[in-house]
Amino acid sequence: MARHPLSEKIVIAGVGSTRFGSLPGRSTVSMIVEAASGALQDAGIEKELVDAVLVKPPTSNPEMMFQVGVAEALGLQPKLNPNWNQGGAANIAMLSYAALSIDAGLCDVALLCFADNAKSASSTAYNKAKGNDAVFGLFGTLGKYGMIARRHIEQYGTSYDHLGAIAVACRRHGSENPGAQLRKPLTLDDYRASKPLVAPFRREDVCLVSDGGAAIVVMSAKRARELKVERAVPVLGFGQGQTAWEPYLRADLTTTQAVASAQTAFAMAGLSPQDIDVAQLYDCFTIVPIMTLEDYGFCKKGEGGPFAADGRLEIDGDLPMNTSGGLLSETGMPGMQLIIEGVHQMRGEANLQAKRARNCIISNQGGIMQTHSTLILGERL
Amino acid sequence: MSDAPELAPLPAPDDSPLWAPFWAATQEGRLAFMRCSHCGNGFLPARLECPKCLSPGAQWESASGGARLISWVVYHRPPNPAFADRVPYTVAIVELDEGPRMTTNITGVADPESLSIEQRLVLRIEQEGDVAVPRFAPAVPRIEPRK
Repeated sequence: MARHPLSEKIVIAGVGSTRFGSLPGRSTVSMIVEAASGALQDAGIEKELVDAVLVKPPTSNPEMMFQVGVAEALGLQPKLNPNWNQGGAANIAMLSYAALSIDAGLCDVALLCFADNAKSASSTAYNKAKGNDAVFGLFGTLGKYGMIARRHIEQYGTSYDHLGAIAVACRRHGSENPGAQLRKPLTLDDYRASKPLVAPFRREDVCLVSDGGAAIVVMSAKRARELKVERAVPVLGFGQGQTAWEPYLRADLTTTQAVASAQTAFAMAGLSPQDIDVAQLYDCFTIVPIMTLEDYGFCKKGEGGPFAADGRLEIDGDLPMNTSGGLLSETGMPGMQLIIEGVHQMRGEANLQAKRARNCIISNQGGIMQTHSTLILGERL
Repeated sequence: MSDAPELAPLPAPDDSPLWAPFWAATQEGRLAFMRCSHCGNGFLPARLECPKCLSPGAQWESASGGARLISWVVYHRPPNPAFADRVPYTVAIVELDEGPRMTTNITGVADPESLSIEQRLVLRIEQEGDVAVPRFAPAVPRIEPRK
């Protein structure tokens, strides 16, 4: 397939993060500065080269104009400094905007960053009721994702063991990641023995709540060569699709605009699902990677459960997924860690390195699957 | 109607001018939804503009009370103190026979894991303190007459 001229023109030059888990007393700005400093060191560039600072706001404590405080703490007066309010999809959306802005000459070197202290400060954002939902006892994300999972189970025969296979794969990978917040592995028998929390979900179906910060440096491949950036990872394609509506209003609860997002990204990259060797799929709940595998075209609609079974998504399987543990095991951070792990895989320096890793797909999404973005990375230059 | 004074009161419903007619209707034993005066689209949640044709001027209309089950979850851990004594309870998405979807509870079911999607439901309004809560129960299967 022919690829878009932008494909491979932009690279991820550096990545950085704080420790994940519980970081009491750290402000989100402080965590961003630490992560950004690490990403700049990783790229081997001075901060003065950064002329765009793109910020995903913290979930725990939304604040007007948060992004300008980040730029100030970084000691920068960038050309571009948006605050990107799109939930988990923001990470790849910011990367897309950075790529287009670099290509159009609006900026030269972009820094994308995020931090949250949902664990040690406030996680109430995840437990609110909307409108009249409180009267019926529907609070937060758990019940709404549960509705989506139940419909998938009932409509396609997706089993609890299929959901469990996602948790087992992520927990296996996280257990081997020294930086993961939850390192205790999980067997399918452990999963089966676990009690329901909000049925059909058990505790093991639900992602972590975490503190932590992350940052990514983006520039053109040409600039990376000029600056002698080592281990730059090319951006092959990206796309987005917004399902927008609350789950109960969706004619079909079991599919989302992730379909459009992936089609756009694959078209830009000139690739298709069979070209993908490793995947980092947003796993806030176990049903989500199952639906993403279907919507991305790795299998037919309704076959995501069987596709995930029998260890196929584990490091020695056909399509290693969430190789650092994902949101279920590494950190509940909403998505930037998945891009970072994708970069590690494409550099061949991941903690659990996939045997074959030429192309990596990454999904990001937010809300109750209302927002979605997709990124395809290629082998390091 | 049932009254359960031993339970903690439910969180208050949204009684803004937009939603007040909905809760006034349940007090009268009716479930109301909005119908666009311009294109005839029936919808919930309450909005000033029809999400199909974008025209203002929708009117409240009474639903027949028939619905089908789209999906459901069963809370085993209370998400809020008001629900501490109510677990396990069932929250559902239903589609009214007139088309609009809504969030509700399923009542009158011993084992909510025995429910199934597309199952027929009927409206059952339950009084909880000052609030008449529109819930649904499985419809009694209709017995077709033998030919």
